[in-house]
Amino acid sequence: MKLDNEDLFEQEVEELIQEIHTHYGYDFSGYARASVYRRIKRFLNNQHLSTIGELREAVFNDSFYFESFLQEITVNVTEMFRDPSFFLSLRTNVLPILSTYPFIKIWDAGCSTGEELFSLAILLKEEGLLERTKIYATDINQKVLKQAKEGIFSASNIAAYTAGYYASGGKQEFSSYYLSNYGSLKFDSSLIKNVVFYPHNLATDSSFNEFHLVVCRNVLIYFNRQLQERVFTLFDESLVNLGYLALGKKETLAMSEINKNYNFVDKGNRIYRKTG
Amino acid sequence: MGTASHLIVIGGSWGGIQASLSILSALPSDYSIPIVLVLHRLRNTDGDLNSIFEKKLLLKAQEVEEKDNITKGYVFLAPSNYHVLIEKDYSFSLDVSELENYSRPSIDVTFTSAADVYGKNLIGILLSGASKDGSSGLKYIFEKGGTSVVQDPREAEVSTMPQSAIDIIPECTVLNLEGIKEFLFFLHDHRTA
Ligand SMILES: C[S@@+](CC[C@H](N)C(=O)[O-])C[C@H]1O[C@@H](n2cnc3c(N)ncnc32)[C@H](O)[C@@H]1O
Repeated sequence: MKLDNEDLFEQEVEELIQEIHTHYGYDFSGYARASVYRRIKRFLNNQHLSTIGELREAVFNDSFYFESFLQEITVNVTEMFRDPSFFLSLRTNVLPILSTYPFIKIWDAGCSTGEELFSLAILLKEEGLLERTKIYATDINQKVLKQAKEGIFSASNIAAYTAGYYASGGKQEFSSYYLSNYGSLKFDSSLIKNVVFYPHNLATDSSFNEFHLVVCRNVLIYFNRQLQERVFTLFDESLVNLGYLALGKKETLAMSEINKNYNFVDKGNRIYRKTG
Repeated sequence: MGTASHLIVIGGSWGGIQASLSILSALPSDYSIPIVLVLHRLRNTDGDLNSIFEKKLLLKAQEVEEKDNITKGYVFLAPSNYHVLIEKDYSFSLDVSELENYSRPSIDVTFTSAADVYGKNLIGILLSGASKDGSSGLKYIFEKGGTSVVQDPREAEVSTMPQSAIDIIPECTVLNLEGIKEFLFFLHDHRTA
């Protein structure tokens, strides 16, 4: 059978994925391929590379280059108060129950550059829970974690963020949470004083603590079913009985083994509760 | 896993809802080729678009959920704020990466991804819109041996989108809405699975 260019490209990508695993320890074998192909083509294009061969050479000769490749593949795009109805639901359906615990532990898995994390922290603060909540913010990508710690976001999205904040039930002036400076917004660092940041790879690392709420949104869409199942098991092991699991608006537990132990708290917003 | 060997992808922006409703409401519930519809819409709005299509179509209308199988009898709508990609096993993937042509969902993204999987068995249709999104995706479909159809700009509510496709794909087929319907019926009758 004659391979057309696309088949050849895909075959070379498979080899690249294996070599990256051997060489750098990152396992992308369980990633859904359509996005991987698209991101690699985009990266080749942006870097003015014409073949996977050239890419391989660059990636394996230079670990900094690999870092930027990693950025591209893992898709770090995020926003504050994405799906305000989700945050509103968290505020009204979940936080009141969490407030009955003396001490609350939350895992924000795949937190990217921190927009989701700061949105969560603002909610917790307004519901009077921030002081007794510890948030573990993790991502595969160390560079985004560093950015998340700084809490500086572009001001260009401020209108959407402000609208999202109020639609999420925001109770203050949104502008009271940040200082605006040369096109960027520096968020109040006291919001994350109880946050710990760790690199954690959902594809290979194990459960490291027990949580009352796990938030993992728009990460699983990049995984195949098998890897999704691994991650669901990981979350299940990491949740206390009656703990909550929040997925992205288009992600679901429906096909998972663990689904039978979970009930919907809010179906439209994909918030589940473990029944135990 | 999805199975059907052909796919129709339709893109539209300003005026695209009316145009696609007009086409799709003419199709029977057992239409033989699955259809994916990418319309630009406001961000962070919920599925009201879906309910409009549910009401007006004989085909089933459904917002894409990640990993849904591509099956005939359905019109799959791109959800707000996600790009829709197509996997080799004829299932959908969703993606929240950067806007393309100021849009997410972007028509180019879905057209391109579908062309890589369906090749010559892909039919792309670009409707009315005030955007340039879709034209390079439609061109890619053409280059992969698929069929590129553009709504006649003279009929389109906003001609920018169809016209920019015609500008870069002189070989594309230009049809008005009636013509597009006829073409889709022709495919329905003649498609060999
Ligand atoms: C699209 S962002 C989602 C950010 C945020 N949760 C949201 O919904 O806006 C996906 C994030 O998942 C991270 N990610 C990808 N693969 C991962 C893995 N194997 N383990 C942990 N995080 C991963 C990426 O680095 C990226 O920051």
